[in-house]
Amino acid sequence: MNKTWNNKAWFMVLPVLLIVAMNAVVPLMTVVNYSVQDTFGNNVFFFEGARWFREVLESERFHNALFRQFSYTFIILAIEIPLGVGIALAMPRSGVWASVCLVLMALPLLIPWNVVGAMWNIFALPDIGLLGYTINAMGIDYNFTSQPISAWITMVLMDVWHWTSLVVLLAYAGLRSIDDAYYQAARIDAASRWSVFRYIQLPKLKHVLTIAFLLRFMDSFMIYTEPFVLTGGGPGNSTTLLSIDLVKAGLGEFNLGIAASMSIIYFLMTLLVCWLFYTLTMQGEKE
Amino acid sequence: MDLSWMAWTWHTGLFFGFIACALTVMTVWEFARPGGAPRKGILGLDTTRGDRLFISLLGSAYIHLAWLGLVSAPLWGATIIAVLFGLAVFRWV
Repeated sequence: MNKTWNNKAWFMVLPVLLIVAMNAVVPLMTVVNYSVQDTFGNNVFFFEGARWFREVLESERFHNALFRQFSYTFIILAIEIPLGVGIALAMPRSGVWASVCLVLMALPLLIPWNVVGAMWNIFALPDIGLLGYTINAMGIDYNFTSQPISAWITMVLMDVWHWTSLVVLLAYAGLRSIDDAYYQAARIDAASRWSVFRYIQLPKLKHVLTIAFLLRFMDSFMIYTEPFVLTGGGPGNSTTLLSIDLVKAGLGEFNLGIAASMSIIYFLMTLLVCWLFYTLTMQGEKE
Repeated sequence: MDLSWMAWTWHTGLFFGFIACALTVMTVWEFARPGGAPRKGILGLDTTRGDRLFISLLGSAYIHLAWLGLVSAPLWGATIIAVLFGLAVFRWV
């Protein structure tokens, strides 16, 4: 049957569209304009064509920042997703302790990003911070302000502390929505704990885990404040992620053309990943 | 309204004009010959016309970037490939 849909309701979306146009589309257009020009200030621009894109794509600095960004995101996801699911599985199903666990889990999520960065910065300082002092007292040489490895470990620990809760809460909600009949059937079949997880819980968690994965991917891929407050991109450039490099190029060195073309490449990468995840999730739901 | 802070050039103006035209053409096309229902293409994805436009544009952006990074010839080559890619997406995806 050919049914004609009434699309007039779309006009209700117009106000949102206008707001998005003002705060996203117009600035993005400006970035595109900057990416093909050079300036020495005073709003005077010179057309440069695709020069900045070529320079960015060929620059080792960009390759390194991109590599660090992907490594960071990969490590974060490899730790937070399994850990989050594990904690959600270990949490009580009901009662007072379930509420206590949920509140405890939600706490790190309530703390602003820059506060988390500052907190961990002081916490991990080798001379006065509790974590840094304790690690050094155990005989391990640890100083995140001068050792790249220590800086990376601190940065990853900080993110795991801050964001695993999100995965836990999503996975917990997913687990609670599984009908009890599945568990009863599993008990009748004398299924092992692992089989219950593998054939009942994991398939039922597929959608929430996709959402958790997407959220954590995007957040960690675009992260700026926490690592910036913690290490400022150092020691050297060892923790300079893509976003930190972008701000350095744009606001530190005032290379508007380079920064704009980097932004567009960065934007295209996030757009591709978002589209992939969205499409896969939607296709999965249909099946 | 002073838009000098946006630093427009005719090249970027043309680019955004093209995007706006593409969206307008898609709207008019949908009104004239409704056919927005999803179909399954060679990628195994259900896509509407809008999805296919999005895939074409995103793919074109990557084709241009790959050309800039790997080939030193003028960008027109990438544009021709992108147009062919867009046509293929609308036909088969």
